[in-house]
Amino acid sequence: MPQLFLIAHIAGRAVAIESGQVESVVDIGTVVPVPGAGRQVRGLAALRSRVVTVIDTRAALGLPAAETRATRAIITHVEGHHYAIMVDSLEDVAPFELLPLSPGIALDAGWRATGCGLVERNGEPILTIDLRALVPGLTAMAA
Amino acid sequence: MDDLLQEFIAETRETLEALSGEIIAWEAAPDDRERLDAIFRFVHTVKGSCGFLDLPRLARLSHAAEDVLDAVRSGTRLPDTRMVNAVLAIVDRIGVIVEAIDSGTSLDDAGEDQLIAALDEGAVVVAQAPVQVPLRNPTRSVRLNVDLLDRMMSGMSDMVLARNELARRLRDEGADPSVEAALERLSLTVAEMRDTVTRTRMQKIDALFSALPRMVRDTGAELGKTVMLHMEGSDVELDREMIEMMRDPLVHIVRNSIDHGIEAPAERRAAGKRENGRLSVAARQSGNQIIIEISDDGRGIDTERLIAAMVAQGNRTESELRALSEKAKLELIFEAGVSTKDSVTAISGRGVGMDVVRANVEQIGGRIELSNTPGKGLRIAIHVPLTLSIIATIGVGVGGQRFAISRQVIEEIVRVGGDAIRIDMLGDTAMATVRDRRMPLVDLGTMLGFDREEEQARMLVIVGVPGGSYALAVPSVLDHEELVIKPAAPAVMVTGIYAGQTLPDSGLPMLLLDCAGIAAMAGLQFGREIAIDDAVVEAEAQRVSALLFDDLDGVRRLVPLAIIDRIEPIAVDSIKFSAGRLRLSAENGIIPLVVQGEWTGRQTLSVLRLRDGAAEIGYAIAEALDIVTLPDSIAPAREVGPIAGVVSLEGEQVELLDLYWLFATHGATRSDEKPPVCLIEGADTAWMKTFLKPVLEGAGYRVATKLKADETAAVILTMNSDTTVAKKGGAPVVRLRHDAAAADAREASVYRYDRDGLLAALAVSAGGR
Repeated sequence: MPQLFLIAHIAGRAVAIESGQVESVVDIGTVVPVPGAGRQVRGLAALRSRVVTVIDTRAALGLPAAETRATRAIITHVEGHHYAIMVDSLEDVAPFELLPLSPGIALDAGWRATGCGLVERNGEPILTIDLRALVPGLTAMAA
Repeated sequence: MDDLLQEFIAETRETLEALSGEIIAWEAAPDDRERLDAIFRFVHTVKGSCGFLDLPRLARLSHAAEDVLDAVRSGTRLPDTRMVNAVLAIVDRIGVIVEAIDSGTSLDDAGEDQLIAALDEGAVVVAQAPVQVPLRNPTRSVRLNVDLLDRMMSGMSDMVLARNELARRLRDEGADPSVEAALERLSLTVAEMRDTVTRTRMQKIDALFSALPRMVRDTGAELGKTVMLHMEGSDVELDREMIEMMRDPLVHIVRNSIDHGIEAPAERRAAGKRENGRLSVAARQSGNQIIIEISDDGRGIDTERLIAAMVAQGNRTESELRALSEKAKLELIFEAGVSTKDSVTAISGRGVGMDVVRANVEQIGGRIELSNTPGKGLRIAIHVPLTLSIIATIGVGVGGQRFAISRQVIEEIVRVGGDAIRIDMLGDTAMATVRDRRMPLVDLGTMLGFDREEEQARMLVIVGVPGGSYALAVPSVLDHEELVIKPAAPAVMVTGIYAGQTLPDSGLPMLLLDCAGIAAMAGLQFGREIAIDDAVVEAEAQRVSALLFDDLDGVRRLVPLAIIDRIEPIAVDSIKFSAGRLRLSAENGIIPLVVQGEWTGRQTLSVLRLRDGAAEIGYAIAEALDIVTLPDSIAPAREVGPIAGVVSLEGEQVELLDLYWLFATHGATRSDEKPPVCLIEGADTAWMKTFLKPVLEGAGYRVATKLKADETAAVILTMNSDTTVAKKGGAPVVRLRHDAAAADAREASVYRYDRDGLLAALAVSAGGR
């Protein structure tokens, strides 16, 4: 059965995110840094009278920092907290069939934890990712 | 005590209702361990509560039922229908007695011996006479589902945040004055509403602590031990539900500490400890949790004996237990039915309770940490979450960023470079000296990884953490703000520096610093061992410690430390000159206040709460200065008055307060002991209640129109001229008459407006018990 996926670009790669994980898509304004926290945490931002924890997605994937800082983010709600997952750009939402990762494919270090399958758009395979895997410090990781 | 009793009644009633299903299920299947445990917990809790509420009948019943159930739990007795019936009869009886206590009716205790006897193995079944259940009192409060309060609370905090956002937008866009006025009104309403909503859920932990001194004293007395109780942080606020849930665990732990932990005086002497055991109960907020620590200087947990006891029970093998880590071994005390105590006492029984304790704490999302020093003491820390809080904070600026510090932990804020402030380096460690007080110094900028060269720390925020204080150096102190603190994401909390996050008016998220966490990160170590000051105290035990303070009239005075219950800051408007004297509104009523000097012009002042064991008075002071040892020689004052005399302290003449005079003159006789009950009966009860009650209560009686189940009247007051008022329980009767002149000289009576005559007659009658 096809599900809705949001197609986005992270670190120059197209990814598909299952729409159930996406609360909204926003432009992030001022980010207040959190001294002492890991590199993955870019800081805190205010979003409609709520505080969200901004996740530096490249850092979470173990990639070097980008030259220009992204401002677009996907808001997701995990274990009682809101997180803004930074993305390079967003495309649209469309229904896709979720397929398992082809046998034998070994994802690179950072992507391995988050990749959970693929969808096919006009013959182009796109990696689907689990946003929860990008959020550091969770008590229980859903498989 | 009345509050506690009411809570006990409500709680028992609720548990009974919840338990009724279990009871029926247990009746059907007496082997069901879970049902057995549930019923066991109930009677155990009732027993525990009865101990300090002084309800001997209930205590006897529940203790008997507990004995039997424990035998079943440990497998020494098999449950049969007769035993189940006997236990159920006792549970029913407990319910009936509780209702009787609530409605204030007396209940015949006939048949209770039979109930208890029926528990014995091989007891003959006795037909129970049906007991008439007294009618329930109509309740004057509504019990709300806490979920509803939760939703209200979370809606409220969202509302505060939304208001903050609105205020910011309007400020940015330069709003119309009329819009601003409307916003102002909204803000006021929101603030009031927030206070109310917060109050519906929050309660000072004092509600939990206030019963402890009496309980510790009584428990200690029963066991022949003297225990000094030290309580700290009773003004920490905690969710009302949490307080309820914490009550039993706290009682259990404190009782266990006194019974199992603290040794008998002889044993303590032999171990080189002071005869008096020390027990400390402290509450504090740390991040988004409240920590309640109960520490004693007793023998600690002997894991060897614990293992031996477990092995003897046969649940686990010795090798299995020995393989456990030290921590896991300690946690064995949480297993059901374990005890290292050889004999069972009325106090804590069989080491049960700890499993109940942990179940209760975990139910509210808390956890228990043990830290054991064999032979020296045990510290039990109960961590419970603080779901949401609105707290007063001070903002500090560092590295161009703002952080909040909870006002609660701040002792004072001083400027670097002031006269009495020094910062020195000891090796590479910075140390601050603030008015001769040395303390570690932590630089916030360095701690947070900001460049130190850019800005110099110019302010020192002195923060108190468990065990001590330290100075937190910050570049600037900004302002004071009340904030809704919410827990931050795990990735932020894991740093250990932050207690939560918030969104203030500025619209930029802000982090609340966790001062205890910062101390830990900086590696500060404060002596936590409770017995550490033993040696010092021993050496000076012969001398009396006293508090040196500046009085309101500018004179420096002393007051013996032992008499001070606590020192607290108060708002000036809680002092009123009413009913002929100065009085202070305190959390538990009104206490007389003694003032020497001028207080009206001040914003705030501190009050010494003095207690002589029974009466309490307040003494307003300007500032507490130091704790000193009283010199032996005192030059007595020329006149009897508030000053007992003058002592010489480092060459200075300092006046010493005359406690005897203070309490004799100002101490209201509010005694901890139960006041004698004056029962009002017969005709004109309404007049007596309206006119006489204040007079009688002022004279130290408790006025009742109906007796509670376990009460006896010391004297009965009536206006009936005939002798229809029976002498209940042999209590003497004092009669009042309407007319000043006695109509009938044969009948001894007192004119109802003859205050002195009335009180004298009551005193003679009540005193002649």
